Amino acid sequence: MKITSPLDEKTARGLKTGQVVFLNGIVMTGRDEMHMRALSRPAEGLNGATLFHCGPIMLLKDGKWEVIAAGPTTSARMDSAAPEIIRKYRIRAMIGKGGMSDDVLKAMKEVGCVYLAAIGGAAVSLAEGLTAIGVHWEDLGMAEAMWKFKAENLGPLVVAMDADGKSIYKEIASKTDSFHS
Amino acid sequence: MIRVPERIEDAVVNLLRLANTRLPKDVGWALEAAAAWETGEAAYLQLGGIMDNAKKAELKGRPMCQDTGVPAFYVTGKIIPSIEEHIKNGLRKATETIPLRPNTVHPLTRRNSGDNTGEGMPIIHYRPTDAEYTDITVIPKGAGSENMARLAMLNPADGVEGVKRFIVSAVLEAGGRPCPPTVVGVGIGGTADTCMNMAKEALLRPTDHVNGNKDERELEEELFTTLNSSGLGPMGLGGDSTVLRVHIKTAYCHTASLPVSVNMNCWAARRATVRIMKDGTTEYGQ
Ligand code: SF4
Repeated sequence: MKITSPLDEKTARGLKTGQVVFLNGIVMTGRDEMHMRALSRPAEGLNGATLFHCGPIMLLKDGKWEVIAAGPTTSARMDSAAPEIIRKYRIRAMIGKGGMSDDVLKAMKEVGCVYLAAIGGAAVSLAEGLTAIGVHWEDLGMAEAMWKFKAENLGPLVVAMDADGKSIYKEIASKTDSFHS
Repeated sequence: MIRVPERIEDAVVNLLRLANTRLPKDVGWALEAAAAWETGEAAYLQLGGIMDNAKKAELKGRPMCQDTGVPAFYVTGKIIPSIEEHIKNGLRKATETIPLRPNTVHPLTRRNSGDNTGEGMPIIHYRPTDAEYTDITVIPKGAGSENMARLAMLNPADGVEGVKRFIVSAVLEAGGRPCPPTVVGVGIGGTADTCMNMAKEALLRPTDHVNGNKDERELEEELFTTLNSSGLGPMGLGGDSTVLRVHIKTAYCHTASLPVSVNMNCWAARRATVRIMKDGTTEYGQ
């Protein structure tokens, strides 16, 4: 299924865990540092955005930024700041890997936001679907800056946590728990 | 084949390029084997995407993952004078030319050095031998997997069962964060510091390496089966392929200690070696 970003609330709420999607449109990147900063001052372009947990490898070629490699980073590192970010900026979708906490899931349900799992490490394939169209907070460094990307058929992305409060990671954890308790 | 002498720092650039852009063959085979036994449809999609990406990285000469990590270098054989400087310069050059992502920051100020070096970086381990050549092996390791490393100073009374429980918990609690299917490096014994080193050194072994010690080999196989029947699967989204391999390294330890460590490598289990001959010519391998 194809989706277009930014997503409206209805589309975000309509996505259900297990669905596989390909994304077109605007994507903003953000990691640890960007999350901290976006809490204390307004982040341009983040309202209603799709937030990609990603610190890409970028190359400046003839004055233009080229996306060399851009896979997802571990989303759980953003667990503490994410609920506030989601509420403050009405984030409609996050792209990452590994899943996020119950508190994040709660905020997602409240606001109408989904979590899309990208294939971890598939950085070259994912970069093929991305063009850089801007960068904010470049002083945070290449990995931590907030890049603005245009996505074309970015994916496959698995809806892994949805706005109904369902999470594939929670389902899996309840199964694997029996292996080590 | 004509071989020309290379400057050591250029050899380090080539070494890092090889490690980051080409997945070792044995890891590719392990992924294919995993795809063959995988029954989950969603898991199959993940494995397919991983293999596809590895092929594209090799063809395009791009790093297979954006997290080109923090490299650990292992230097064995003849220790060349100023080798540390050569490696450092090579890493700086590689960061710019491959390019690698500048990852190293000061732990407290979080200031990024911009070139992957800094106090204590890069990590270099030395093991001098009588050989006339020098081998430099590199493992670039991303934070996703490195952050999941664990050490437990168990009680000897916890025994082998305690060891198994700890390893299984470490892998399953990590969930999808280290980008499974992972290669699991395990250290058992030694002291707290050497135990952690062993777990990482275990990742130097190819996935088709056969452990010469029967007890260790059986333990590796048992853990492999247990972990792959856990259901965690690729990227932690469910499936039959959670680990590609378990490697165990052991060392004698204090009678009152039982250290166990786990260091996982993501599916992008990158490594490469360059042999620098007496005449300065080089040979690369993975
Ligand atoms: S865990 Fe490995 S494959 Fe995954 S993002 Fe990190 S370096 Fe890349």
